Amino acid sequence: MSTIIEARNLSRFYEVRRGLFAEPATVRALSEASFRVTQGTTLAVVGESGCGKSTLARLLTMIEPPSGGELVIDGKKLGATGHADLKALRKTVQIVFQDPYGSLNPRQKIGAILEEPLKINTDMPSRERREKAFDMLIKVGLRPEHYGRYPHMFSGGQRQRIAIARALMLDPKILILDEPVSALDVSIQAQILNILADLQEELGLTYIFISHDLSVVRFVADEVMVMYLGRPVEFAPVEAVFESPQHPYTVALLSATPVADPRRKRQNIKLEGELPSPINPPSGCPFHPRCRYARDKCSDIRPELTLHGQTLVACHGIEEGWIDYAAEPPPPGAALSGERAGTTPQAPDAAVRAPEPGSPV
Amino acid sequence: MPLLHIENLSVSFETASGAFLAVDSVDFDVDAGERLAIVGESGSGKSVAMLAVMGLLPPTATVTADRLEFAGRDLRGLSPRARREVIGGDVAMIFQEPMSSLNPCFTVGFQIKEALAAHTDLDRKGRQERAVELMRQVGIPEPERRLTAFPHQLSGGMSQRVMIAMATACRPKLLIADEPTTALDVTIQAQILDLLVELQKDHDMALILITHDMGVVAETAQRVVVQYAGQQVERQDVFGLFEAPHHPYTAALLDALPDRASGNRLPAISGVVPGQGDRPQGCLFNPRCRFADETCRKVVPPRQPPELGEALCHYPLHREEKAA
Repeated sequence: MSTIIEARNLSRFYEVRRGLFAEPATVRALSEASFRVTQGTTLAVVGESGCGKSTLARLLTMIEPPSGGELVIDGKKLGATGHADLKALRKTVQIVFQDPYGSLNPRQKIGAILEEPLKINTDMPSRERREKAFDMLIKVGLRPEHYGRYPHMFSGGQRQRIAIARALMLDPKILILDEPVSALDVSIQAQILNILADLQEELGLTYIFISHDLSVVRFVADEVMVMYLGRPVEFAPVEAVFESPQHPYTVALLSATPVADPRRKRQNIKLEGELPSPINPPSGCPFHPRCRYARDKCSDIRPELTLHGQTLVACHGIEEGWIDYAAEPPPPGAALSGERAGTTPQAPDAAVRAPEPGSPV
Repeated sequence: MPLLHIENLSVSFETASGAFLAVDSVDFDVDAGERLAIVGESGSGKSVAMLAVMGLLPPTATVTADRLEFAGRDLRGLSPRARREVIGGDVAMIFQEPMSSLNPCFTVGFQIKEALAAHTDLDRKGRQERAVELMRQVGIPEPERRLTAFPHQLSGGMSQRVMIAMATACRPKLLIADEPTTALDVTIQAQILDLLVELQKDHDMALILITHDMGVVAETAQRVVVQYAGQQVERQDVFGLFEAPHHPYTAALLDALPDRASGNRLPAISGVVPGQGDRPQGCLFNPRCRFADETCRKVVPPRQPPELGEALCHYPLHREEKAA
């Protein structure tokens, strides 16, 4: 299994003007993210709004250049290569957006939507393009006669299938899925997740699955990266994140996720307050103002990602051993593992495919 | 006597291509101090039914009901003036998008005090004090200062807290929350749900929670109504619903949750919710139901007895366990 994406200290800053005479401020949307993704696996990126997960998607799809750090996609280093290489590389990475109503042009027919990437990036003759569009429609569970219709004639779930089909037209190796099911109803969500699983198996795709819904993440991911305020705070194989979450933020996130089981006692690890502004992030560990374990050190020195068991975690308390969840109520990882008879959820054959946790380089 | 008593409520909309039945003869009984959840996918009519109770539907909607009573008072023939006394006073509602529910041109303090001025006889000073108290009650730090803030200066979670403060300003007997946390992050969602339940308990208020999220239902509700295509397909207490759902739609909806998945594929429900043009004959769920047979495709299903979750189905599930 080879590494297909490698990021080292990847950062993206935005300058925002705050008035005519005020100094422009810098928003650190993404800071020093380092990770690796193995070909054919799914990396889930989890976090609340403003944590930098969509910025990461924009960098990986090369919509925007990084402000710092290195990004190696499919063996090619970004920035070092010329314009032509970048164009070729863009074919390798495609994206599916959250809102299937906003991401399809209402004036284009489905056929035109699907063929547009081919028109721009290849010199395929129109007959082949049409053939390919037909094939792709069938692959995502639609019918060839949908080729001549307009997006408004489709439901949300069908539109998301069209968006997936469009992303696959250039035979990419990597698919960035930016909250692909969060606008959909439960029954439709299940259909889309199944299609994504089928396509991954058939085409050997690598997924970067961006989501805030932990129950979906548990189902699709091989590895999980939890982000907070533009920084990865935990990176681990999916079972490790859900069974023994390390970072206090991950623990709180898991306990806040509602579980469809009325008999489960709600874990009362409430997170006080809200996400601080990324313009003026807290000193030291970005999580310390909301962390109930925080000590003096946490507000002074920013913790680095260190390996703890299978998990890479950025927390002084874990590194130095003064956070001990075992001494307290059990970690809420148990919360999401269905305790109901016979419904123990498992990650899709994660044991077979899950690679070693990527290490920072 | 139940606080809210609804029998055979239907709502249809006039559209260019004929009438569309959004809510199809639903019944509700909500007792004082009870937490009821209405679950359903988009297009199931869960919001429309509650908007009909509030009288907030546009003129294109036709509302019919055999009974529509709040605290013994018939809401059907009420004049707009009399209705406004009930709505906002004894019945309040909060909506999905806190950002767009608040008026961007006025401070949140003005908007909270406006509700107090309309429904109470407090003087200016009394209203200010009550507004501060309400802001504190919903967990907003520095309430005096926040009252002078405009909605754009608040985050989504804060705006929803303001909406809750405004809705509970007149100590309503019934609070209807329409997807109150859908637009919020999970950690904020947990805070808001805790707040709603806390207020409901403290004031012995009835709470109707409209949601599509089964996890939220499991953690907040006592009783659940499941809606599908405008009909109530099942009514049960929350434990019964999650352990032994009687309607195949409820069962399929629970199976489709990734939390409950056991393989690497989810048992998805094929097809989509029927729309205006393709309402099937017989049971509305029959084209998507695993158990459907000829009867289901032709005959409208009966309402089962309460021990079978009042399921709207010819062949309710988990029948044997109840018999044993």
